[in-house]
Amino acid sequence: MSGSALLSILISAPETGNGGFDLGRMMAIIIAAIFVNNFVLSRFLGICPFLGVSKQLDSALGMGAAVIFVMTLATLGSWTVYNLLLVPMELTYLRTIAFILIIASLVQLVEMILQKFSPALYQALGIFLPLITTNCAILGVAVLNIDEKYSLGYSLVNAIAAGIGFTLALVLMAGLRQRLELADVPPALKGKPVAFLVAGVMSIAFLGFAGLGG
Amino acid sequence: MSLMKDLTRGIYRENPIFKLALGMCPFLAVTTSVENAIGMGAAATFVLICSNFLVSLLRNLIPSKVRIPCYIVIIATFVTLVDMVMNAYVPDLHRSLGIFIPLIVVNCIILGRAEGFANRHPVMSSVADAVGMGVGFTLAMIVLASFRELLGNGTWLNISILGTAYRNQPLLIAILAPGAFILLGFILGFFSILEKRRGGGR
Repeated sequence: MSGSALLSILISAPETGNGGFDLGRMMAIIIAAIFVNNFVLSRFLGICPFLGVSKQLDSALGMGAAVIFVMTLATLGSWTVYNLLLVPMELTYLRTIAFILIIASLVQLVEMILQKFSPALYQALGIFLPLITTNCAILGVAVLNIDEKYSLGYSLVNAIAAGIGFTLALVLMAGLRQRLELADVPPALKGKPVAFLVAGVMSIAFLGFAGLGG
Repeated sequence: MSLMKDLTRGIYRENPIFKLALGMCPFLAVTTSVENAIGMGAAATFVLICSNFLVSLLRNLIPSKVRIPCYIVIIATFVTLVDMVMNAYVPDLHRSLGIFIPLIVVNCIILGRAEGFANRHPVMSSVADAVGMGVGFTLAMIVLASFRELLGNGTWLNISILGTAYRNQPLLIAILAPGAFILLGFILGFFSILEKRRGGGR
């Protein structure tokens, strides 16, 4: 297979075969993934890190960056394996097993590479990486991209936007929780219950984006 | 009767949702109706029982360095099985649960029980633990789903409870995403009051 043929496979949608980029559609995907179908607040993906890592603004940003990074790589890996390996060999039912293995080994690999080449970045992101393997947002975006039959380009855009949406929710939550420390919360609702109530109010705010971007 | 203790642990004392706050994503996402909650609960319980059984059976064979990848492969195998069976026999339920069926793989309850219980305990008590945890997870989902379906749709398990007048103008937010967060917040608050009462009585 020549290089250009390979490239055209990668860019074109697997089902329809029409290549190229549609800027309007891309914007719609970005806005949908960040605001309308925000991964945390409307799709309920990645709730565990959302609650666990949202106590400090710094760690929220670190976790968000790690998620965007791994999400993009995981999408690249899972899309390629699915469309170039599993579909031609008619093994699509192995999707779940293949994806989780890709994600787990990718996280491991990223951790090792970062440790070797960028100790500073490893210091910043390192503690979040093992948590990411079992973050359902990562597997979620990989599966969603396949279900939506996005081409590789759209899949990557969707993954990055979903990661940004996750980071946005996480950072907003961290800011609110830092304020919440000083608030006078009824004793019964201290801790997790009030975190969920705050998330609910944020989710109502994000409902306002419904219908945006088609 | 330690087997009985293993069985009942997950149902109340260490309920995965209300006490340990594990497995939140599918819990919040599929509790829009009691029917979905039961379907999801059954699927997760099946995977939990099978994976605990196999992990416990192989606990002396799996080298501890590669145990997590092994557990993930075991769990993913059963999830694929459930996915295919549900797709074949209950396609409507399969469609409404959507991506949360493949996402059972990353449900922290299942990996948590494999790592925290099944790899150190014999087969029988691991299965008992899995049944208890699965039932606890399902019951917790039914509780939240009951509130959401009743308030948001006026029904319970598709049976009309609050009448057509309410159904024409339901509290729609309970079924939408915010309702899950807010109702769960109140339920957790209720449990923490219960806990405090019990602590005060001692």
